Amino acid sequence: MDFAFTPDHVTLLDALDGLVKPYATAPIGEVPFALGNDELEAALCDGGFLDIAREAEFGLVGAMLVVERIARLPFAVEAANSAFLGPVLGETTARPVCVAELDRLWQPVRFLRDGATLVVFGKGDSVAMLSPTSGTVRAEPDALFGYPMGTLAAGEAALALPAPQFDGLQLRMRANLALAAEATGLLRAALQSTIEHVSQRQQFGRPLATFQALRHRLAEIHVRTDSLYSMTLRAAGLGDPGEAALAALHAQESTRIAVYDFHQMLGAMGMTLEHPLHFWTYRLKALIGEGGGRGRQARAAAQLLWPQASETQLS
Amino acid sequence: MNFEWDARQQHFRAQVRDFIARNVPADWEEVAGHGPGSEELTEQSRVFCAALAASEMLFPHWPLELGGKGADPWHQQILAEEMWAAGEPRGAQYMNVNWIGPTLVRYGSEAQQEQYLPPIVAGQAIWCQGFSEPGAGSDLASLRTNAVLEGGHYRINGQKIWTSYARLADTCFLLVRTGPDRKSGISILLVPMDTPGITVREIPSIIGEGDIHEVFFDDVLVPASARLGEEGQAWEIIDYSLRNERLGIPRYHLARKALDRAVERLREHGSFDDDAVLIEAARAAALCEAARSAIYAIVSRRAHGEAVGPEAATARFATVMAERAVAEFVVEHIPGALTSSDPYLKMHHQRAIVAGIASGAAEIQLNLVATSVLKLPREPR
Repeated sequence: MDFAFTPDHVTLLDALDGLVKPYATAPIGEVPFALGNDELEAALCDGGFLDIAREAEFGLVGAMLVVERIARLPFAVEAANSAFLGPVLGETTARPVCVAELDRLWQPVRFLRDGATLVVFGKGDSVAMLSPTSGTVRAEPDALFGYPMGTLAAGEAALALPAPQFDGLQLRMRANLALAAEATGLLRAALQSTIEHVSQRQQFGRPLATFQALRHRLAEIHVRTDSLYSMTLRAAGLGDPGEAALAALHAQESTRIAVYDFHQMLGAMGMTLEHPLHFWTYRLKALIGEGGGRGRQARAAAQLLWPQASETQLS
Repeated sequence: MNFEWDARQQHFRAQVRDFIARNVPADWEEVAGHGPGSEELTEQSRVFCAALAASEMLFPHWPLELGGKGADPWHQQILAEEMWAAGEPRGAQYMNVNWIGPTLVRYGSEAQQEQYLPPIVAGQAIWCQGFSEPGAGSDLASLRTNAVLEGGHYRINGQKIWTSYARLADTCFLLVRTGPDRKSGISILLVPMDTPGITVREIPSIIGEGDIHEVFFDDVLVPASARLGEEGQAWEIIDYSLRNERLGIPRYHLARKALDRAVERLREHGSFDDDAVLIEAARAAALCEAARSAIYAIVSRRAHGEAVGPEAATARFATVMAERAVAEFVVEHIPGALTSSDPYLKMHHQRAIVAGIASGAAEIQLNLVATSVLKLPREPR
């Protein structure tokens, strides 16, 4: 058991830090609500960062480190699914890589657009892969999420036949890790942004951060975020579907608890767009329903942890 | 980075499990049921710890020069996990090996070391910790039990409370006020519990007989040589003592085992096919594994020789959340476990309730996180 970075990890993160440095600050004002950045995305691809899990010395832990770091940026770049699922889907897989639940295909999907790769999870460990052709995805520019969203045209879902060449359990584990890694970075960035605000903003003659009503909530969010980081690393390192499912669940539970508090402590910023907070919180909100939402995630985790959990009644 | 246990660690865990299986008596659940501070468990702990010492597993993490094996912090964690999950057959003596012994080595006089260390390393010593007072719980520095130096003796007057193991302890690691300054006016006295003027009164609790007490000191006289370190040095000493205790007991480990046991019980009765139950079980499991991961990340830093300070409070709070989630799951879905139908689940529940208080209140941990980890501006005092 060892959580310490190897020299390779340090080199990787140093290189990534150098690459993302120019993108650390968000433009405020007349910018899209879901703020992408083609230049950043191209640099990440060219640098091989989204392929890091293909390299044996890095694997899923490398993907975790990279995705968590990228998610802290104010820009929404599809890195998580590419980094975690890409190696299984194959080298020629088109980006962005999107994931959705079969029974929720009528709803918007993060990053979905014509030509994207869409991994669809059905019942059990069944999985399908779609590549929506031109004109089958409706963009959702008005969506209140910090990701570009797209909805598959009615009828296209019928194309989502199982793809037996893929191991559904493996893909689901990777999707869970992608979710947990992305949420970790978003939570960290939103927490840091909130800490800066409450440390400066004065009310009643003292910084907001000096009120215990806020301090304990921020500390609890830190406890959740910090443990999520360690838990996701461990789950990625073990490559264990049960641990990955728990990490995804912990990410969604923690997100639900933290997001509203972030807006609250910034005096409802996020409704107003005068602060970058919404670049993180409205991405976090999109993650809460991923995988079918917390309840379904929890049930799936329970079935992995305690196999035959729901078969008892049949016996 | 590696998240598997290596061969040495696996071997050590197997050794500890094997040792426990061979050395707890056949009626262990009944003995443990009397409570951690009971006569039954205390007597059993002397036999168990003596055997543990003979097997070189009482304090493997102590340095070689102290008779330990210089084992890395993972061994201490594995030992603690297995012991706690088995109902802590070391009884009160876990404190000796975790912090009382190492503190005596660092700060004790030669005479104190000669007197107190041999029984500790033989697995025979029972200590109690005289810290909390009726008016000094989380605010420990407001303690008022005072000790006045008269000639060559300290005269102690005051009261301690919630003192575990006090009735059967040989010695008290006692914090006393020797000066007016909040922190630098506090000293440590090592007080034999049979000294005249000490009265121990049991506080009834759900955790068995003889666990929690009030201890009264009425004109108790101890020689000045009973003082550990210098006058006023207590705060520095206990900071050292408790540095390795900040992660607390590995409650996440027993909590997860209790949760698995609860699921097993539900399944036996066909009650684990309800989504609502599965969902709550997974939520509790997620908090257990989050806490475990947070603790392991800290132990890993220690294993690399890093000094870990207030960040440990983060992992401690994660453990409190896990313990609470499992206790709530059991109360809601297997209320029968709180009868005597399942001693293991009952034991977990009895001990879970203090998770947020023992070794420092959860709210104090959050204060530490807010101030020292997140670096928020301090609250006005």
